[in-house]
Amino acid sequence: MFLAQRLFRRRGRAFRHTAGVALLALFMGLSGCGARPDQGADATAGTTGAPEEAKPDALAAGVTDVILATTTSTQDSGLLDVLIPRFEQSAPYRVKTVAVGTGQALKMGEQGEADVLLTHAPEAEKPLVEAGVVTNYHRVMYNDFILVGPPDDPAGVGRADDLAAAFRAIAGGKTPFVSRGDDSGTHKKELALWKGAGIDPHGADWYIESGTGMGQTLLIASEKGAYTLTDRGTYLAYRDKLHLAVVREKDPELLNVYHVMQVNPERFPQVNAKGAAAFVQFLIAPETQALIGDFGKDRFGEPLFFPDAD
Amino acid sequence: MDLIGIALREAWGLVRSGDAELWEIVALSLRLAGWTMGLTLLLGLPAGLFLGFGRFPGRRPLLFLAHVGMGLPPTVVGLWVALLFWRSGPLGELRWIYTPRAMVVAEVILTLPIVVALVATAIESRRAKLLPLLLSLGATPLQMLWLTLREIRLSLLTAVMAGFGRVFSEVGAAMMVGGNIKGETRTMTTAIVLEVSKGQFDRALALSFVLLGVSLAITLLLTAVQRAGGGEGEGGGGMG
Repeated sequence: MFLAQRLFRRRGRAFRHTAGVALLALFMGLSGCGARPDQGADATAGTTGAPEEAKPDALAAGVTDVILATTTSTQDSGLLDVLIPRFEQSAPYRVKTVAVGTGQALKMGEQGEADVLLTHAPEAEKPLVEAGVVTNYHRVMYNDFILVGPPDDPAGVGRADDLAAAFRAIAGGKTPFVSRGDDSGTHKKELALWKGAGIDPHGADWYIESGTGMGQTLLIASEKGAYTLTDRGTYLAYRDKLHLAVVREKDPELLNVYHVMQVNPERFPQVNAKGAAAFVQFLIAPETQALIGDFGKDRFGEPLFFPDAD
Repeated sequence: MDLIGIALREAWGLVRSGDAELWEIVALSLRLAGWTMGLTLLLGLPAGLFLGFGRFPGRRPLLFLAHVGMGLPPTVVGLWVALLFWRSGPLGELRWIYTPRAMVVAEVILTLPIVVALVATAIESRRAKLLPLLLSLGATPLQMLWLTLREIRLSLLTAVMAGFGRVFSEVGAAMMVGGNIKGETRTMTTAIVLEVSKGQFDRALALSFVLLGVSLAITLLLTAVQRAGGGEGEGGGGMG
């Protein structure tokens, strides 16, 4: 700073000029660059050049953007970083991934805010399929949920006869349980499992609702020495940072099935139906399915997802 | 503590290797801030001048509103702007949601009150001195504007710095309106949130160091301009 000050003083007027020009250049450079996102938006939205004259149908015909609403687990695991560039190479579309909880992703579908959905809550997806909000509904892959908790398993979750008994063991013990509490697919699954065990955990002092994503929830569970329900992929990605062990796995109820579906263009004319259909086809194509099956093997020594297209 | 060392090294490695994704993110953040501050000054300067010089009923409530606006929570603004630009929203036809344009709109709403309030306050405090001077000189309106801006340049720079700071630091609006889309609307703050949720703490930390570095560089540049400007005032020279 001192050196800079001296420099400024010595250069005097000349420097003042330079500094002013530099600042101006910075702004102009930025605004010059700023033209790019506009062009980008033009190129991707296809129609922003003349939005006022575009009718919804015409819009859909020229649009190259495909908005994919999906769960955080597909993004956080890195799977989409592998799949989407492949799709964009093979098809004239650009995918805009919005990674949110399954609840929000389905809501975006219900309001026509997204073109295609990739989610993992079959019970919540079914009503949308039946109501005709979404079409072209396909199974894509599965992985599984696991119960993780303190390595010594104080509540004896691992010894319980079945999953319902395991959840009752958690409720009966003193070890806390951290819930996502964010209406995500994992949260929906957890609530269904509590229901299956005949327990309403809400309001119990051992029941903590984190309201955050899976990774954050795992960290909280680890800090508090608590149990939590997680997808295997996120747990593997976080394993090194956690004092949590897998205490329960491979129960049939713990299967985590991902479905892809496109938002019904008959209901929402403004969706990009062609792009959405192309993305659905891409996900269930044999080559993509093979990619899904290999994903994660190099990093974790085991795959994170198992291809399961019908 | 090990993590910090690793992260520092990785941050340096990222910067040196010219990691394409990193620069894309940094460039977007800079573009966003540049556009935002450009538009904010365009709108905020006249509004601030008007509020500072003007004497009309409703001036005080407006000024109060600007001061309240300085503390607008980014997530709240993000939600409003998202509602506006969703396909089902009133401006959905524009298809701006999840584009940098919509993000600029949100950021301008966040930074505008800062510029308006700081400019108006600066003028108000110098009003008694400034008005007779401006009127007695018989200056043209453009010269008056120039003189006024020179007089309040320190506040102006503070406002610009605060604005930059706000755009760089907020994550709520950028996330909600931009959607954190790779290569398009992923800024430094949303990228950090994503890396944390992926469990990649070292990369998140590395990004945080880069973010701090960029903020520091901009502040230094603006401070340099401020100092240079200060010197000119003492010199009492003309407009050159």
